[in-house]
Amino acid sequence: MHHSIEVTELTFSYPDGHRALRGVSFSIAPGEKVALVGPNGAGKSTLLLHLNGILRGQGSIAVCGQPLSEATLGAIRSAVGMVFQDPDDQLFSLTVFDDVAFGPIYQGLPEAEVRVRVEQALTEVGMADRAARVSHHLSGGEKKRIAIATVLSMEPEILALDEPTSGLDPRARRDLIRLLGGLPMTMLVSTHDLRMVRELLPRTIILDGGLVVADGPTAELLNAPDLLQAHGLEMP
Amino acid sequence: MAFILTVSLTPLGAWPVYVLLWSIVLSAEILSGLGVGYVLRRASLALPFALAALPLVFTTPGTPWLQFPLGSWQLTLTLDGLLRFANVAVKSWLSVQAAIVLASTTEFRDLLLAMRAVRIPRLLVAMFGLMWRYLFVLVDEALRLMRARAARSGIARRPPEAARSRPGGSLAWRGKVAGGMAGNLFLRAVDRSDRIYVAMLSRGYDGEVRSFASRPVPPGARVTLAIGLALLGLLWLGGLLVWG
Repeated sequence: MHHSIEVTELTFSYPDGHRALRGVSFSIAPGEKVALVGPNGAGKSTLLLHLNGILRGQGSIAVCGQPLSEATLGAIRSAVGMVFQDPDDQLFSLTVFDDVAFGPIYQGLPEAEVRVRVEQALTEVGMADRAARVSHHLSGGEKKRIAIATVLSMEPEILALDEPTSGLDPRARRDLIRLLGGLPMTMLVSTHDLRMVRELLPRTIILDGGLVVADGPTAELLNAPDLLQAHGLEMP
Repeated sequence: MAFILTVSLTPLGAWPVYVLLWSIVLSAEILSGLGVGYVLRRASLALPFALAALPLVFTTPGTPWLQFPLGSWQLTLTLDGLLRFANVAVKSWLSVQAAIVLASTTEFRDLLLAMRAVRIPRLLVAMFGLMWRYLFVLVDEALRLMRARAARSGIARRPPEAARSRPGGSLAWRGKVAGGMAGNLFLRAVDRSDRIYVAMLSRGYDGEVRSFASRPVPPGARVTLAIGLALLGLLWLGGLLVWG
């Protein structure tokens, strides 16, 4: 059986010469829920952007058994649902419906099917009554949920989330954790919210300076105060 | 659109036609429940642009009406020029009113759908859509920048001997700050556009704009449109025959 995500010796430098990733390797099994933690500038977002081929570094990446290449790019982008930190970047259409329909339309689905997908995705995040709303007038928590719906409508195998709980009030955060907990997909979540990690994600990868410095069960890593402190983290 | 076209094609001096055209806009304003005052107030915003036509008053050759010196020049107001200027002003005023009625009664989304239905290129329509969506995000961002400036624009409690210097800095310095803010806003907008593009790519965007096929226009709307177009055509023809 293949892994959901298999990253081997991935290195990447930004055009200004900054080396963001310096030989990252890990693999994630189907259905596994993994946290990606580490200080600011550790390379977490850069790593996420590699998973669907937005950034292309050296090394190899395979998603759902398919090696990432020009030919598999389309398939991989619809297999990896990428949710960005700022929902205002993710919600670029005029209405919620248009945004959630964007992915399925580009997957080439017929209109009737797209409508079903949108309906399902919005129901899953509890926002079915917001379809006709204009994204600009939604609250932060609602935007976040709809941002997740925009990728659920593509029925991805993997969800990659960048800072899903940042900027949310406690109730919106709680609702979001409950929502994520109920989703069956493989998950890779980049975050600073270690309490959420403990609750939701059984495995943790700590990234620092473009390297994987620890990879193991969350319960173990989050109970190692020295390790956490050495990488700019705090025990939850 | 057809209305604006008719307005701009109506010949010079066909005043009765303008009155009729105006009555069409007025009735649309009243029927849509916007109120005439609302539209007029907004239309006055566009009036300064009509000033661009002011030189016409002096440059159109014709019967001299008034002459006065301006420095070493001798300016001549001609009747024809005046007529032409009045025409431009009225035309722009009528067109702006029509545009305001459209924009205030129709949701932007429906406007986009309509644009799509009349076969305006999809890329252009998509750009309008993105512009509309991010205009507000950008305005919010500008407001945040301005708030941050206001929050730090305090006046220090100072000893009396320093009280002569004005708080707020020199005009040049403040200009520099405002320029910096504008630059900052631009950079943020560019960054955001990058992130949006990445978000679009992640969901399969491949450089081609796709959307559902546009809905067919209901027959009722077609009839209304035809009647409207016929009426406008009639007005234009009348104007052309009598005053053209």
